[in-house]
Amino acid sequence: MNGDTTKKSTPYTVPIGPVHPALKEPVMFNFLMEGEVVKSVDFAPGNVHRGIEWMGMRRNPVQIVHLTDRICGICGIVHSLSFARAVEQIAEIEVPPRADYIRTILHELERMQSHLLWAGVAAHELGFDSLLFLTWRVREQSMDLIENLTGNRVNYGIVQIGGVRRDISNDQILLIEQGLAYYRGLLDQMKTVFLDDSTIRMRCRGHGLLSYRDAQLLCAIGPTARASGLAMDVRHDYPYCAYGDLDVQPVLPPQEFGGPQGDVYDRIIVRLLEIAQSIDIIQQCLDSMPAGEVLWEKKLPKLLSILKKAHGEAIGRVEAPRGECMHYVRMDGNDAPATWKVKASTYSNLMSWIPMLKGEQLADVPIIVASIDPCMSCTDRVTIIRNGSADDLTKEDLTQLSREKTRRFSRC
Amino acid sequence: MKLTKSFNRSLWVFHLNTGSCNGCEIEIVATITPHYDPERFGIKLVGSPKHADVLLVTGPVTKMMAPKVRRVYEQVPDPKLVMCIGSCGQSGGVFYDSYNLDGPIDQVIPVDVYVPGCPPRPEAIIYGVVKAWEKLERLEAAQ
Ligand code: SF4
Repeated sequence: MNGDTTKKSTPYTVPIGPVHPALKEPVMFNFLMEGEVVKSVDFAPGNVHRGIEWMGMRRNPVQIVHLTDRICGICGIVHSLSFARAVEQIAEIEVPPRADYIRTILHELERMQSHLLWAGVAAHELGFDSLLFLTWRVREQSMDLIENLTGNRVNYGIVQIGGVRRDISNDQILLIEQGLAYYRGLLDQMKTVFLDDSTIRMRCRGHGLLSYRDAQLLCAIGPTARASGLAMDVRHDYPYCAYGDLDVQPVLPPQEFGGPQGDVYDRIIVRLLEIAQSIDIIQQCLDSMPAGEVLWEKKLPKLLSILKKAHGEAIGRVEAPRGECMHYVRMDGNDAPATWKVKASTYSNLMSWIPMLKGEQLADVPIIVASIDPCMSCTDRVTIIRNGSADDLTKEDLTQLSREKTRRFSRC
Repeated sequence: MKLTKSFNRSLWVFHLNTGSCNGCEIEIVATITPHYDPERFGIKLVGSPKHADVLLVTGPVTKMMAPKVRRVYEQVPDPKLVMCIGSCGQSGGVFYDSYNLDGPIDQVIPVDVYVPGCPPRPEAIIYGVVKAWEKLERLEAAQ
Protein backbone atom coordinates (compact mmCIF):
# COMPACT_ATOMS: atom_id res chain seq x y z
CA MET A 1 0.00 0.00 0.00
CA ASN A 2 2.74 2.39 1.04
CA GLY A 3 4.81 1.53 -1.98
CA ASP A 4 1.74 2.13 -4.12
CA THR A 5 1.22 5.66 -2.81
CA THR A 6 4.81 6.67 -3.48
CA LYS A 7 4.49 5.29 -6.95
CA LYS A 8 1.31 7.22 -7.56
CA SER A 9 2.67 10.49 -6.26
CA THR A 10 5.65 10.60 -8.59
CA PRO A 11 4.92 13.13 -11.30
CA TYR A 12 3.66 11.79 -14.58
CA THR A 13 2.76 13.51 -17.81
CA VAL A 14 -0.75 13.69 -19.23
CA PRO A 15 -0.87 14.91 -22.81
CA ILE A 16 -4.17 16.41 -23.96
CA GLY A 17 -4.87 17.31 -27.54
CA PRO A 18 -4.43 18.44 -30.18
CA VAL A 19 -7.71 16.69 -31.01
CA HIS A 20 -9.72 16.32 -27.84
CA PRO A 21 -13.41 16.69 -26.99
CA ALA A 22 -12.67 19.29 -24.30
CA LEU A 23 -10.93 21.49 -26.84
CA LYS A 24 -12.82 23.16 -29.59
CA GLU A 25 -9.68 23.90 -31.50
CA PRO A 26 -6.45 21.98 -31.96
CA VAL A 27 -3.85 22.86 -29.35
CA MET A 28 -1.52 20.53 -27.53
CA PHE A 29 -1.21 20.52 -23.74
CA ASN A 30 1.29 18.64 -21.62
CA PHE A 31 0.39 18.43 -17.96
CA LEU A 32 2.89 17.30 -15.39
CA MET A 33 0.65 15.73 -12.76
CA GLU A 34 1.16 14.63 -9.22
CA GLY A 35 -1.89 12.57 -8.33
CA GLU A 36 -4.84 14.68 -9.44
CA VAL A 37 -2.98 17.95 -9.13
CA VAL A 38 -1.37 19.84 -11.97
CA LYS A 39 2.26 20.59 -11.11
CA SER A 40 3.17 22.37 -14.28
CA VAL A 41 1.80 22.82 -17.74
CA ASP A 42 3.13 23.52 -21.17
CA PHE A 43 1.26 24.01 -24.39
CA ALA A 44 2.03 24.02 -28.07
CA PRO A 45 -0.16 26.07 -30.36
CA GLY A 46 0.44 26.34 -34.10
CA ASN A 47 -1.95 23.74 -35.48
CA VAL A 48 -4.17 26.27 -37.18
CA HIS A 49 -1.47 28.43 -38.67
CA ARG A 50 -2.58 29.27 -42.19
CA GLY A 51 -0.18 32.07 -43.05
CA ILE A 52 -2.88 34.68 -43.39
CA GLU A 53 -0.51 37.63 -43.10
CA TRP A 54 1.68 36.22 -45.85
CA MET A 55 -1.35 35.80 -48.09
CA GLY A 56 -2.48 39.31 -47.23
CA MET A 57 0.75 40.81 -48.38
CA ARG A 58 -0.16 39.54 -51.87
CA ARG A 59 -3.64 41.06 -51.97
CA ASN A 60 -5.03 44.57 -52.00
CA PRO A 61 -6.66 46.05 -48.90
CA VAL A 62 -10.22 45.57 -50.16
CA GLN A 63 -9.53 41.87 -50.70
CA ILE A 64 -7.77 41.61 -47.37
CA VAL A 65 -10.88 42.79 -45.54
CA HIS A 66 -12.52 39.50 -46.56
CA LEU A 67 -9.47 37.60 -45.44
CA THR A 68 -9.56 39.33 -42.05
CA ASP A 69 -13.12 38.10 -41.59
CA ARG A 70 -11.73 34.59 -41.79
CA ILE A 71 -8.95 35.03 -39.26
CA CYS A 72 -11.57 34.05 -36.75
CA GLY A 73 -15.17 33.18 -37.41
CA ILE A 74 -16.32 34.47 -34.03
CA CYS A 75 -14.63 37.87 -34.23
CA GLY A 76 -15.76 38.72 -37.74
CA ILE A 77 -16.02 42.44 -37.15
CA VAL A 78 -13.08 42.80 -34.83
CA HIS A 79 -10.35 41.89 -37.28
CA SER A 80 -11.84 43.60 -40.30
CA LEU A 81 -12.46 46.71 -38.23
CA SER A 82 -8.98 46.99 -36.84
CA PHE A 83 -7.47 46.33 -40.25
CA ALA A 84 -9.74 48.89 -41.87
CA ARG A 85 -8.91 51.42 -39.18
CA ALA A 86 -5.20 50.97 -39.75
CA VAL A 87 -5.57 51.44 -43.52
CA GLU A 88 -7.90 54.40 -43.04
CA GLN A 89 -5.31 56.14 -40.89
CA ILE A 90 -2.60 55.58 -43.50
CA ALA A 91 -4.69 56.82 -46.41
CA GLU A 92 -6.24 59.60 -44.30
CA ILE A 93 -9.75 58.40 -45.00
CA GLU A 94 -12.45 59.91 -42.90
CA VAL A 95 -15.19 57.46 -42.07
CA PRO A 96 -18.70 59.02 -42.21
CA PRO A 97 -20.23 59.32 -38.71
CA ARG A 98 -23.20 57.10 -39.58
CA ALA A 99 -20.83 54.32 -40.64
CA ASP A 100 -19.01 54.69 -37.32
CA TYR A 101 -22.28 54.18 -35.48
CA ILE A 102 -23.22 51.16 -37.57
CA ARG A 103 -19.80 49.67 -36.95
CA THR A 104 -20.27 50.21 -33.24
CA ILE A 105 -23.70 48.58 -33.23
CA LEU A 106 -22.42 45.52 -35.05
CA HIS A 107 -19.31 45.39 -32.90
CA GLU A 108 -21.48 45.23 -29.79
CA LEU A 109 -23.91 42.70 -31.29
CA GLU A 110 -20.90 40.58 -32.01
CA ARG A 111 -19.72 40.93 -28.43
CA MET A 112 -23.13 39.79 -27.24
CA GLN A 113 -23.20 36.70 -29.41
CA SER A 114 -19.58 35.93 -28.57
CA HIS A 115 -20.12 36.18 -24.81
CA LEU A 116 -23.27 34.08 -25.06
CA LEU A 117 -21.35 31.54 -27.08
CA TRP A 118 -18.66 31.53 -24.42
CA ALA A 119 -21.19 31.19 -21.62
CA GLY A 120 -22.57 28.12 -23.35
CA VAL A 121 -19.14 26.61 -23.86
CA ALA A 122 -18.29 27.31 -20.21
CA ALA A 123 -21.48 25.56 -19.11
CA HIS A 124 -20.54 22.61 -21.31
CA GLU A 125 -17.05 22.45 -19.83
CA LEU A 126 -18.62 22.38 -16.38
CA GLY A 127 -20.70 19.42 -17.49
CA PHE A 128 -23.90 21.43 -17.53
CA ASP A 129 -25.14 20.66 -21.02
CA SER A 130 -28.71 21.81 -20.62
CA LEU A 131 -27.37 25.28 -19.90
CA LEU A 132 -25.23 25.08 -23.03
CA PHE A 133 -28.35 24.39 -25.04
CA LEU A 134 -30.32 27.16 -23.36
CA THR A 135 -27.67 29.83 -23.91
CA TRP A 136 -27.17 28.81 -27.51
CA ARG A 137 -30.88 28.99 -28.08
CA VAL A 138 -31.04 32.56 -26.87
CA ARG A 139 -27.91 33.32 -28.83
CA GLU A 140 -29.77 32.56 -32.05
CA GLN A 141 -31.72 35.78 -31.60
CA SER A 142 -28.55 37.84 -31.95
CA MET A 143 -27.46 35.70 -34.90
CA ASP A 144 -30.77 36.41 -36.63
CA LEU A 145 -30.28 40.10 -35.96
CA ILE A 146 -26.75 40.06 -37.31
CA GLU A 147 -27.91 38.17 -40.36
CA ASN A 148 -30.64 40.69 -40.95
CA LEU A 149 -28.20 43.61 -40.70
CA THR A 150 -25.23 42.18 -42.60
CA GLY A 151 -26.58 39.36 -44.73
CA ASN A 152 -24.46 36.70 -43.06
CA ARG A 153 -24.59 34.82 -39.80
CA VAL A 154 -20.83 34.46 -39.55
CA ASN A 155 -18.05 36.25 -41.46
CA TYR A 156 -20.23 39.25 -42.07
CA GLY A 157 -18.22 41.04 -44.72
CA ILE A 158 -19.87 44.30 -43.72
CA VAL A 159 -16.80 46.44 -43.07
CA GLN A 160 -15.31 48.19 -46.05
CA ILE A 161 -12.31 50.50 -46.07
CA GLY A 162 -13.89 53.87 -45.39
CA GLY A 163 -17.20 52.73 -43.97
CA VAL A 164 -19.66 49.85 -44.08
CA ARG A 165 -21.25 48.08 -47.03
CA ARG A 166 -24.86 48.30 -45.86
CA ASP A 167 -26.92 50.96 -44.19
CA ILE A 168 -29.39 50.23 -41.40
CA SER A 169 -32.98 51.05 -42.34
CA ASN A 170 -35.69 52.26 -39.97
CA ASP A 171 -37.34 48.84 -40.04
CA GLN A 172 -34.09 47.28 -38.99
CA ILE A 173 -33.76 49.75 -36.14
CA LEU A 174 -37.10 48.47 -34.88
CA LEU A 175 -35.81 44.92 -35.13
CA ILE A 176 -32.70 45.81 -33.17
CA GLU A 177 -34.84 47.39 -30.47
CA GLN A 178 -36.96 44.26 -30.25
CA GLY A 179 -33.81 42.18 -29.95
CA LEU A 180 -32.48 44.42 -27.19
CA ALA A 181 -35.76 44.16 -25.30
CA TYR A 182 -35.58 40.37 -25.58
CA TYR A 183 -32.10 40.28 -24.06
CA ARG A 184 -32.91 42.84 -21.40
CA GLY A 185 -35.70 40.57 -20.23
CA LEU A 186 -33.31 37.64 -20.10
CA LEU A 187 -30.44 39.27 -18.25
CA ASP A 188 -31.70 38.73 -14.73
CA GLN A 189 -32.58 35.16 -15.51
CA MET A 190 -29.14 34.52 -16.91
CA LYS A 191 -27.50 36.05 -13.88
CA THR A 192 -29.58 33.81 -11.64
CA VAL A 193 -28.83 30.70 -13.65
CA PHE A 194 -25.09 31.30 -13.84
CA LEU A 195 -24.29 33.13 -10.65
CA ASP A 196 -26.74 31.75 -8.08
CA ASP A 197 -26.13 28.14 -8.98
CA SER A 198 -24.23 26.53 -6.14
CA THR A 199 -22.50 23.98 -8.39
CA ILE A 200 -21.18 26.64 -10.71
CA ARG A 201 -20.04 28.67 -7.74
CA MET A 202 -18.25 25.72 -6.19
CA ARG A 203 -16.54 24.77 -9.41
CA CYS A 204 -15.51 28.30 -10.32
CA ARG A 205 -14.99 30.34 -7.16
CA GLY A 206 -11.31 30.30 -6.22
CA HIS A 207 -10.29 28.22 -9.24
CA GLY A 208 -8.04 29.30 -12.06
CA LEU A 209 -6.70 32.22 -10.09
CA LEU A 210 -4.86 34.98 -11.86
CA SER A 211 -3.69 37.65 -9.47
CA TYR A 212 -3.70 41.35 -10.31
CA ARG A 213 0.09 41.28 -10.39
CA ASP A 214 0.29 38.22 -12.67
CA ALA A 215 -2.30 39.68 -14.99
CA GLN A 216 -0.16 42.78 -15.26
CA LEU A 217 3.11 40.91 -15.72
CA LEU A 218 1.71 38.53 -18.32
CA CYS A 219 0.03 41.38 -20.22
CA ALA A 220 -3.42 39.83 -19.89
CA ILE A 221 -6.16 41.80 -21.59
CA GLY A 222 -9.91 41.92 -22.02
CA PRO A 223 -12.31 40.16 -19.66
CA THR A 224 -9.45 38.00 -18.35
CA ALA A 225 -7.60 41.09 -17.13
CA ARG A 226 -10.72 42.87 -15.94
CA ALA A 227 -11.73 39.87 -13.85
CA SER A 228 -8.38 40.25 -12.09
CA GLY A 229 -9.11 43.89 -11.37
CA LEU A 230 -7.23 45.61 -14.18
CA ALA A 231 -9.44 48.47 -15.34
CA MET A 232 -8.58 48.45 -19.02
CA ASP A 233 -10.75 48.61 -22.09
CA VAL A 234 -9.70 50.03 -25.44
CA ARG A 235 -13.22 51.37 -25.92
CA HIS A 236 -12.66 53.55 -22.88
CA ASP A 237 -8.90 54.17 -23.02
CA TYR A 238 -8.51 54.90 -26.74
CA PRO A 239 -12.02 55.41 -28.09
CA TYR A 240 -12.57 54.54 -31.73
CA CYS A 241 -15.65 54.47 -33.98
CA ALA A 242 -18.52 56.02 -32.03
CA TYR A 243 -17.22 55.12 -28.56
CA GLY A 244 -15.90 58.64 -28.01
CA ASP A 245 -19.49 59.90 -27.97
CA LEU A 246 -20.79 57.15 -25.72
CA ASP A 247 -20.51 56.31 -22.09
CA VAL A 248 -18.31 53.22 -21.78
CA GLN A 249 -16.55 52.14 -18.62
CA PRO A 250 -14.43 49.02 -18.13
CA VAL A 251 -16.53 46.34 -16.43
CA LEU A 252 -14.99 44.98 -13.22
CA PRO A 253 -16.51 42.36 -10.92
CA PRO A 254 -18.72 44.44 -8.61
CA GLN A 255 -18.51 44.65 -4.83
CA GLU A 256 -21.74 42.68 -4.37
CA PHE A 257 -19.79 39.63 -5.53
CA GLY A 258 -16.79 40.50 -3.39
CA GLY A 259 -14.86 42.60 -5.91
CA PRO A 260 -12.25 41.32 -8.34
CA GLN A 261 -10.62 38.07 -7.22
CA GLY A 262 -9.35 36.88 -10.58
CA ASP A 263 -10.97 33.44 -10.63
CA VAL A 264 -13.14 31.69 -13.19
CA TYR A 265 -16.29 32.91 -11.45
CA ASP A 266 -15.19 36.53 -11.88
CA ARG A 267 -14.65 35.92 -15.57
CA ILE A 268 -18.23 34.70 -15.85
CA ILE A 269 -19.48 37.79 -13.98
CA VAL A 270 -17.51 40.16 -16.19
CA ARG A 271 -18.80 38.60 -19.40
CA LEU A 272 -22.42 38.58 -18.23
CA LEU A 273 -22.18 42.22 -17.21
CA GLU A 274 -20.62 43.04 -20.54
CA ILE A 275 -23.65 41.66 -22.31
CA ALA A 276 -25.71 44.18 -20.34
CA GLN A 277 -23.21 46.87 -21.22
CA SER A 278 -23.44 46.01 -24.92
CA ILE A 279 -27.23 46.31 -24.81
CA ASP A 280 -26.80 49.72 -23.26
CA ILE A 281 -24.23 50.84 -25.85
CA ILE A 282 -26.39 49.74 -28.77
CA GLN A 283 -29.32 51.64 -27.25
CA GLN A 284 -27.19 54.77 -26.94
CA CYS A 285 -26.13 54.38 -30.58
CA LEU A 286 -29.70 53.99 -31.77
CA ASP A 287 -30.74 57.07 -29.80
CA SER A 288 -28.13 59.33 -31.31
CA MET A 289 -27.53 57.85 -34.73
CA PRO A 290 -26.58 60.57 -37.24
CA ALA A 291 -27.92 60.55 -40.81
CA GLY A 292 -25.76 60.53 -43.90
CA GLU A 293 -23.57 58.37 -46.06
CA VAL A 294 -22.11 55.07 -44.93
CA LEU A 295 -19.16 54.92 -47.31
CA TRP A 296 -16.34 57.36 -47.85
CA GLU A 297 -15.91 56.28 -51.47
CA LYS A 298 -18.49 54.16 -53.20
CA LYS A 299 -16.53 53.44 -56.39
CA LEU A 300 -14.16 50.56 -55.78
CA PRO A 301 -11.64 51.35 -58.56
CA LYS A 302 -11.29 54.89 -57.22
CA LEU A 303 -10.87 53.63 -53.66
CA LEU A 304 -8.25 51.14 -54.80
CA SER A 305 -6.29 53.73 -56.71
CA ILE A 306 -6.26 56.01 -53.66
CA LEU A 307 -5.13 53.13 -51.45
CA LYS A 308 -2.41 52.30 -53.96
CA LYS A 309 -0.91 55.74 -53.54
CA ALA A 310 -0.93 55.58 -49.76
CA HIS A 311 2.36 55.65 -47.88
CA GLY A 312 2.90 55.18 -44.20
CA GLU A 313 2.20 52.90 -41.28
CA ALA A 314 -0.51 52.68 -38.67
CA ILE A 315 -2.01 50.52 -35.99
CA GLY A 316 -5.69 49.73 -35.71
CA ARG A 317 -6.80 48.76 -32.20
CA VAL A 318 -10.18 47.56 -31.13
CA GLU A 319 -11.56 45.90 -28.04
CA ALA A 320 -12.52 42.42 -29.16
CA PRO A 321 -14.81 40.27 -26.99
CA ARG A 322 -11.61 38.59 -25.76
CA GLY A 323 -9.51 41.71 -25.31
CA GLU A 324 -7.52 44.13 -27.35
CA CYS A 325 -6.90 43.23 -30.98
CA MET A 326 -4.25 45.04 -32.99
CA HIS A 327 -3.40 45.21 -36.65
CA TYR A 328 -0.21 46.85 -37.81
CA VAL A 329 -0.13 47.82 -41.48
CA ARG A 330 2.57 49.48 -43.54
CA MET A 331 1.84 50.62 -47.09
CA ASP A 332 4.53 51.74 -49.52
CA GLY A 333 2.71 52.71 -52.69
CA ASN A 334 1.92 49.21 -53.94
CA ASP A 335 -1.33 47.32 -54.33
CA ALA A 336 -0.61 45.12 -51.37
CA PRO A 337 0.55 46.31 -47.97
CA ALA A 338 4.30 45.97 -47.39
CA THR A 339 3.75 44.63 -43.88
CA TRP A 340 0.69 43.35 -42.12
CA LYS A 341 0.90 42.02 -38.60
CA VAL A 342 -2.01 40.78 -36.53
CA LYS A 343 -1.94 40.58 -32.77
CA ALA A 344 -5.11 38.84 -31.70
CA SER A 345 -6.42 39.04 -28.16
CA THR A 346 -5.85 35.43 -27.17
CA TYR A 347 -2.18 35.84 -27.98
CA SER A 348 -1.79 38.06 -24.94
CA ASN A 349 -3.95 35.88 -22.74
CA LEU A 350 -2.41 32.46 -23.40
CA MET A 351 0.37 32.91 -20.89
CA SER A 352 -2.09 33.40 -18.07
CA TRP A 353 -2.96 29.69 -18.43
CA ILE A 354 0.28 28.80 -16.71
CA PRO A 355 -0.37 30.44 -13.31
CA MET A 356 -4.08 29.60 -13.59
CA LEU A 357 -3.58 25.89 -14.08
CA LYS A 358 -0.85 25.33 -11.52
CA GLY A 359 -2.11 23.42 -8.50
CA GLU A 360 -5.53 22.75 -9.98
CA GLN A 361 -7.13 19.36 -10.43
CA LEU A 362 -7.19 17.72 -13.82
CA ALA A 363 -10.98 17.88 -13.84
CA ASP A 364 -10.89 21.65 -13.59
CA VAL A 365 -8.58 21.98 -16.55
CA PRO A 366 -11.28 22.28 -19.25
CA ILE A 367 -13.14 25.13 -17.59
CA ILE A 368 -9.94 26.97 -16.70
CA VAL A 369 -8.64 26.60 -20.23
CA ALA A 370 -11.98 27.84 -21.54
CA SER A 371 -12.16 30.69 -19.05
CA ILE A 372 -9.90 32.98 -21.06
CA ASP A 373 -12.11 32.27 -24.07
CA PRO A 374 -9.16 31.10 -26.13
CA CYS A 375 -9.26 31.42 -29.87
CA MET A 376 -6.46 29.54 -31.54
CA SER A 377 -7.38 30.45 -35.08
CA CYS A 378 -6.81 34.09 -34.14
CA THR A 379 -3.58 33.35 -32.40
CA ASP A 380 -1.65 30.85 -34.42
CA ARG A 381 0.57 33.15 -36.33
CA VAL A 382 3.78 32.15 -34.55
CA THR A 383 4.82 28.86 -36.14
CA ILE A 384 8.38 29.22 -37.28
CA ILE A 385 9.61 27.09 -40.16
CA ARG A 386 13.26 26.26 -39.53
CA ASN A 387 15.16 23.85 -41.77
CA GLY A 388 11.92 22.75 -43.32
CA SER A 389 10.29 21.52 -40.10
CA ALA A 390 7.69 23.38 -38.14
CA ASP A 391 9.22 24.50 -34.91
CA ASP A 392 7.08 26.00 -32.19
CA LEU A 393 8.31 28.72 -29.95
CA THR A 394 8.75 27.73 -26.35
CA LYS A 395 6.67 29.46 -23.76
CA GLU A 396 9.58 31.58 -22.56
CA ASP A 397 10.24 32.73 -26.10
CA LEU A 398 6.59 33.57 -26.49
CA THR A 399 6.38 35.59 -23.29
CA GLN A 400 9.54 37.39 -24.23
CA LEU A 401 8.26 38.07 -27.73
CA SER A 402 4.91 39.17 -26.47
CA ARG A 403 6.47 41.58 -24.00
CA GLU A 404 8.83 43.00 -26.56
CA LYS A 405 6.02 43.45 -28.96
CA THR A 406 3.74 45.21 -26.51
CA ARG A 407 6.62 47.46 -25.61
CA ARG A 408 7.25 48.13 -29.26
CA PHE A 409 3.63 48.96 -29.85
CA SER A 410 3.29 51.17 -26.83
CA ARG A 411 6.25 53.22 -28.01
CA CYS A 412 4.61 54.00 -31.37
CA MET B 1 -35.15 15.89 -50.00
CA LYS B 2 -36.13 12.26 -49.52
CA LEU B 3 -35.39 10.49 -46.27
CA THR B 4 -34.81 6.79 -46.39
CA LYS B 5 -37.64 4.75 -44.92
CA SER B 6 -35.79 3.32 -42.04
CA PHE B 7 -34.65 5.50 -39.19
CA ASN B 8 -32.99 2.46 -37.81
CA ARG B 9 -29.91 4.06 -36.39
CA SER B 10 -28.84 7.21 -34.69
CA LEU B 11 -26.16 9.03 -36.59
CA TRP B 12 -23.27 10.04 -34.39
CA VAL B 13 -20.86 12.59 -35.68
CA PHE B 14 -17.35 13.51 -34.63
CA HIS B 15 -16.11 16.94 -35.44
CA LEU B 16 -12.52 17.56 -36.46
CA ASN B 17 -11.01 21.01 -36.85
CA THR B 18 -8.07 20.98 -39.23
CA GLY B 19 -7.18 24.63 -39.04
CA SER B 20 -10.44 26.34 -39.78
CA CYS B 21 -11.37 29.88 -38.84
CA ASN B 22 -13.99 28.72 -36.30
CA GLY B 23 -16.79 29.99 -38.48
CA CYS B 24 -17.78 26.48 -39.46
CA GLU B 25 -17.26 25.22 -35.90
CA ILE B 26 -19.75 27.59 -34.41
CA GLU B 27 -22.24 26.85 -37.15
CA ILE B 28 -21.88 23.13 -36.42
CA VAL B 29 -22.49 23.71 -32.73
CA ALA B 30 -25.36 26.06 -33.60
CA THR B 31 -26.74 23.23 -35.70
CA ILE B 32 -26.85 20.76 -32.85
CA THR B 33 -28.41 23.17 -30.35
CA PRO B 34 -32.18 23.53 -29.80
CA HIS B 35 -32.94 26.10 -32.49
CA TYR B 36 -32.39 23.44 -35.16
CA ASP B 37 -32.39 20.43 -32.87
CA PRO B 38 -31.32 17.48 -35.04
CA GLU B 39 -30.98 15.44 -31.86
CA ARG B 40 -34.61 14.46 -32.22
CA PHE B 41 -33.41 12.31 -35.16
CA GLY B 42 -30.56 10.92 -33.10
CA ILE B 43 -27.91 13.09 -34.70
CA LYS B 44 -25.43 13.84 -31.99
CA LEU B 45 -21.87 15.11 -31.56
CA VAL B 46 -19.68 12.56 -29.79
CA GLY B 47 -16.37 12.98 -28.04
CA SER B 48 -14.38 10.22 -29.67
CA PRO B 49 -13.90 9.23 -33.31
CA LYS B 50 -14.26 5.61 -32.20
CA HIS B 51 -17.93 6.22 -31.45
CA ALA B 52 -18.73 8.03 -34.66
CA ASP B 53 -20.43 7.11 -37.91
CA VAL B 54 -19.68 10.37 -39.62
CA LEU B 55 -16.61 12.54 -39.51
CA LEU B 56 -17.31 16.26 -39.94
CA VAL B 57 -14.12 17.88 -41.13
CA THR B 58 -13.66 21.64 -41.28
CA GLY B 59 -10.73 23.74 -42.32
CA PRO B 60 -8.12 23.65 -45.05
CA VAL B 61 -5.81 21.04 -43.36
CA THR B 62 -2.64 22.74 -42.19
CA LYS B 63 0.65 20.86 -42.51
CA MET B 64 0.73 20.22 -38.78
CA MET B 65 -2.77 18.75 -38.72
CA ALA B 66 -2.53 16.46 -41.77
CA PRO B 67 -1.07 13.40 -39.95
CA LYS B 68 -3.61 13.86 -37.14
CA VAL B 69 -6.45 13.97 -39.64
CA ARG B 70 -5.31 10.64 -41.08
CA ARG B 71 -5.09 9.14 -37.61
CA VAL B 72 -8.55 10.28 -36.63
CA TYR B 73 -9.93 8.96 -39.92
CA GLU B 74 -8.42 5.55 -39.23
CA GLN B 75 -10.03 5.46 -35.81
CA VAL B 76 -13.58 5.84 -37.10
CA PRO B 77 -15.13 2.35 -37.44
CA ASP B 78 -16.56 1.16 -40.76
CA PRO B 79 -18.95 1.88 -42.39
CA LYS B 80 -17.98 5.49 -42.14
CA LEU B 81 -18.54 8.70 -43.99
CA VAL B 82 -16.58 11.90 -44.21
CA MET B 83 -18.32 15.22 -44.61
CA CYS B 84 -16.35 18.27 -45.58
CA ILE B 85 -17.98 21.35 -44.10
CA GLY B 86 -17.12 24.70 -45.61
CA SER B 87 -15.45 26.02 -48.70
CA CYS B 88 -11.96 26.12 -47.33
CA GLY B 89 -11.93 22.36 -46.86
CA GLN B 90 -13.09 21.88 -50.44
CA SER B 91 -10.74 24.11 -52.30
CA GLY B 92 -8.75 26.08 -49.79
CA GLY B 93 -11.33 28.87 -50.02
CA VAL B 94 -9.85 32.23 -49.09
CA PHE B 95 -6.69 30.43 -48.02
CA TYR B 96 -6.09 28.92 -51.47
CA ASP B 97 -2.56 30.32 -51.85
CA SER B 98 -1.29 29.60 -48.34
CA TYR B 99 2.13 27.99 -47.89
CA ASN B 100 1.14 25.93 -44.88
CA LEU B 101 -1.62 23.72 -46.27
CA ASP B 102 -1.65 20.03 -47.13
CA GLY B 103 -5.30 20.19 -48.08
CA PRO B 104 -7.93 20.53 -49.37
CA ILE B 105 -9.37 17.73 -47.27
CA ASP B 106 -9.89 15.30 -50.13
CA GLN B 107 -6.13 15.32 -50.74
CA VAL B 108 -5.67 13.87 -47.28
CA ILE B 109 -8.65 11.55 -46.68
CA PRO B 110 -11.54 10.48 -48.95
CA VAL B 111 -14.60 12.73 -48.69
CA ASP B 112 -18.18 11.61 -49.34
CA VAL B 113 -20.31 14.69 -48.85
CA TYR B 114 -19.32 18.31 -49.47
CA VAL B 115 -21.24 21.16 -47.86
CA PRO B 116 -20.16 24.40 -49.51
CA GLY B 117 -20.44 27.84 -47.96
CA CYS B 118 -18.18 30.03 -45.94
CA PRO B 119 -19.57 29.05 -43.50
CA PRO B 120 -22.57 26.99 -44.64
CA ARG B 121 -25.83 27.75 -42.89
CA PRO B 122 -27.04 25.24 -40.26
CA GLU B 123 -29.82 24.23 -42.68
CA ALA B 124 -27.19 23.35 -45.27
CA ILE B 125 -25.25 21.29 -42.74
CA ILE B 126 -28.40 19.37 -41.79
CA TYR B 127 -29.12 18.77 -45.47
CA GLY B 128 -25.59 17.44 -45.85
CA VAL B 129 -26.06 15.10 -42.91
CA VAL B 130 -29.24 13.77 -44.52
CA LYS B 131 -27.28 13.06 -47.70
CA ALA B 132 -24.65 11.31 -45.64
CA TRP B 133 -27.34 9.27 -43.94
CA GLU B 134 -28.76 8.12 -47.23
CA LYS B 135 -25.33 7.10 -48.43
CA LEU B 136 -24.58 5.27 -45.19
CA GLU B 137 -27.73 3.23 -45.50
CA ARG B 138 -26.92 2.39 -49.11
CA LEU B 139 -23.51 1.22 -47.97
CA GLU B 140 -25.08 -0.90 -45.27
CA ALA B 141 -27.59 -2.44 -47.64
CA ALA B 142 -24.75 -3.36 -49.98
CA GLN B 143 -22.83 -5.12 -47.24
S1 SF4 C 1 -15.22 27.59 -44.89
FE1 SF4 C 1 -15.08 29.73 -44.33
S2 SF4 C 1 -16.13 29.85 -42.37
FE2 SF4 C 1 -15.67 27.71 -42.70
S3 SF4 C 1 -13.73 27.40 -41.66
FE3 SF4 C 1 -13.28 27.86 -43.82
S4 SF4 C 1 -12.92 30.05 -43.86
FE4 SF4 C 1 -13.97 29.59 -41.93
